[in-house]
Amino acid sequence: MSDSKQALLVVDKLITSFDTERGFLRAVDQVSFSVPAGGTVGIVGESGCGKSVTAMSIVRLLPQPAGKIIGGHVWFKGEDLLRADDERMQNIRGGEIGVIFQEPMSALNPLHRIGRQVAEVFLLHRNISKNDAWEQALEMLKLVGIPAPEKRMMEYPHQLSGGMRQRVVIALALACRPSLVIADEPTTALDVTVQAQILDLMARLRAEMNMSMMLITHDLGVIAENCNEVVVMYAGRVVEKGPVSEIFSKPLHAYTRGLLRSMPTLDSKPKSLLPVIPGMVASLGEHVHGCRFCQRMGVPSSELRERPALIEITPSHWVENCPRCLGEHSTSNIQHRTLK
Amino acid sequence: MHNLLTVSNLSMHFAVRGGVIPRQVGAVKAVDGVSLHIGPGETLGLVGESGCGKSTLGKAVVRLLKPTSGSINFNGTDITKMSQRALRPLRRDFQMIFQDPVESLDPRMSVRSIIEEPLLIHKIGSRSDRARMVNELLDRVGLPSSAAERYSFEFSGGQRQRIGIARALALKPKLIVCDEPVSALDVSIQSQILNLLVELQRELGLSYLFIAHDLSVVKHVSDRVAVMYLGKIVELAPSENIYRDPRHDYTKALLSAIPSTDPNASRERILLEGEIPSPIDPPRGSAFGHRIKHPRYDETIGMELPLREITPGHWVAADPCCVSADDWKKLSAQK
Repeated sequence: MSDSKQALLVVDKLITSFDTERGFLRAVDQVSFSVPAGGTVGIVGESGCGKSVTAMSIVRLLPQPAGKIIGGHVWFKGEDLLRADDERMQNIRGGEIGVIFQEPMSALNPLHRIGRQVAEVFLLHRNISKNDAWEQALEMLKLVGIPAPEKRMMEYPHQLSGGMRQRVVIALALACRPSLVIADEPTTALDVTVQAQILDLMARLRAEMNMSMMLITHDLGVIAENCNEVVVMYAGRVVEKGPVSEIFSKPLHAYTRGLLRSMPTLDSKPKSLLPVIPGMVASLGEHVHGCRFCQRMGVPSSELRERPALIEITPSHWVENCPRCLGEHSTSNIQHRTLK
Repeated sequence: MHNLLTVSNLSMHFAVRGGVIPRQVGAVKAVDGVSLHIGPGETLGLVGESGCGKSTLGKAVVRLLKPTSGSINFNGTDITKMSQRALRPLRRDFQMIFQDPVESLDPRMSVRSIIEEPLLIHKIGSRSDRARMVNELLDRVGLPSSAAERYSFEFSGGQRQRIGIARALALKPKLIVCDEPVSALDVSIQSQILNLLVELQRELGLSYLFIAHDLSVVKHVSDRVAVMYLGKIVELAPSENIYRDPRHDYTKALLSAIPSTDPNASRERILLEGEIPSPIDPPRGSAFGHRIKHPRYDETIGMELPLREITPGHWVAADPCCVSADDWKKLSAQK
């Protein structure tokens, strides 16, 4: 991916773990990727793969006291957010980095009117009067396409539909025109037609405001249509990353290929059996030295020795170099072919 | 082929109460005049957005709700107005699988008791017979027999859904209503459960009413698909037709909203404005025509918009706002 100089956000070997009854569990295990200025990067994976914890670590909103970042760097515009103090982080969150969460009902305060909640962002981050903040909040609601915004400003979150609430959350996140938006499953709770509206809105605002985006989702289709680059995570690790066009047409890692194949599509034959990935999503409790996906596929633990390194197969297309998971694409095979 | 399930003109209305002295002030027409049928070994998919009435329809079909009007005929018996007591012996033949396998399984019961319960209620087999049957069911849904002595919360979402399926299969039903069975599951687990449902159908000749909001999932498992909007079926056709040749504009919009994993696919996206209207106060004419503010909406006020057969087996609502001009000509001529 792009080098740290042009990138807006660089996550470098991030390690986050949780202190639980079963000991320290590594939810994020040496994750590295970057978001170029103006680019959109999708993070995809199944539940428990660490995609949300990665986002929470970046903005330092991990559940306390269990969650701890124990290694790595998060460079945002050249500043290491993991070393910033709390006051600085408060300015960054909502100011320079906007965050959109999955469930709009829990992101909004049920006791306050919509207008007050949006205006509050301006009062916190901009040194302006209450009246100006109210005016700007109204502008923001217009921008995210809320009909009759004057009326909505006076309403409470429960009076709005799910799609409208998500628009309010987007208004909150984008209020201060941040340079980066982190959207964690922004449309998962919504119907497909409303999802299409919200994604369209986000794409439009992103272009207008020249924002970068980190989009976290389990839906590969959403990534394919909205991102330039994709990071595939499995069990706390990055197994494959690169340009969307490349990964979706030439997925290399067995996990990425499995995910893409196991989704029913509109073209698939009705009532045919889908190719499946056997087993379950890895649980973080078990410590594994070697490839996590091989473990799921039932490779005996004696064969799982070292963690595979990420290697660059073609420019900016990285994959975990596990010979089993790469199959015919593994580097040993490639060398073998060149020798012939 | 005779039908296993025939639903005619079914409506399910809920009273809305209000006022100082609570009295009925209106009705939510969650399901409004729906007709459908399912043959033996067939899957009928039911798709629509939240609030369209698909789950209510599913519950009414297995008589977890008492329909307001219309009729439900299951395997030759009219079950529309049967009492719960009279229904009990028939319930063996139709079962239900729910979306949330966490909430639909009792955390205080072992997996064995969960799967055995329907057998006990219907007084089937001796204790040792039932133990054997539970083990067979677990094996059938791909769980080890050691799972029987554990509790549902010890399992992952996909495994819990397998337990729910085993319970539904215990009485050897003819029809299973699957209400969003995979929407809470991870992508890789979803395909495992879908395959299990397809395999069970092949082996046991089950019929399914498969309810989901995800059109690509529904299309994948169904022989025919019904598209529901605001309490009514607006289009019903063989799966392939729904996808290759949708006739109703709502179906087209739903199809176009599904994100594709092919980044090179160029499709025209139909962006709908607004959301599904409230069934408490539905538009008086074409519900979808109202949402898209169709110029011919006024014509449809007070008009019946019945399903008509446009090509053999392909039914679409005769609604001037939602079908092409050619189709409307054909449909309006069929009187």
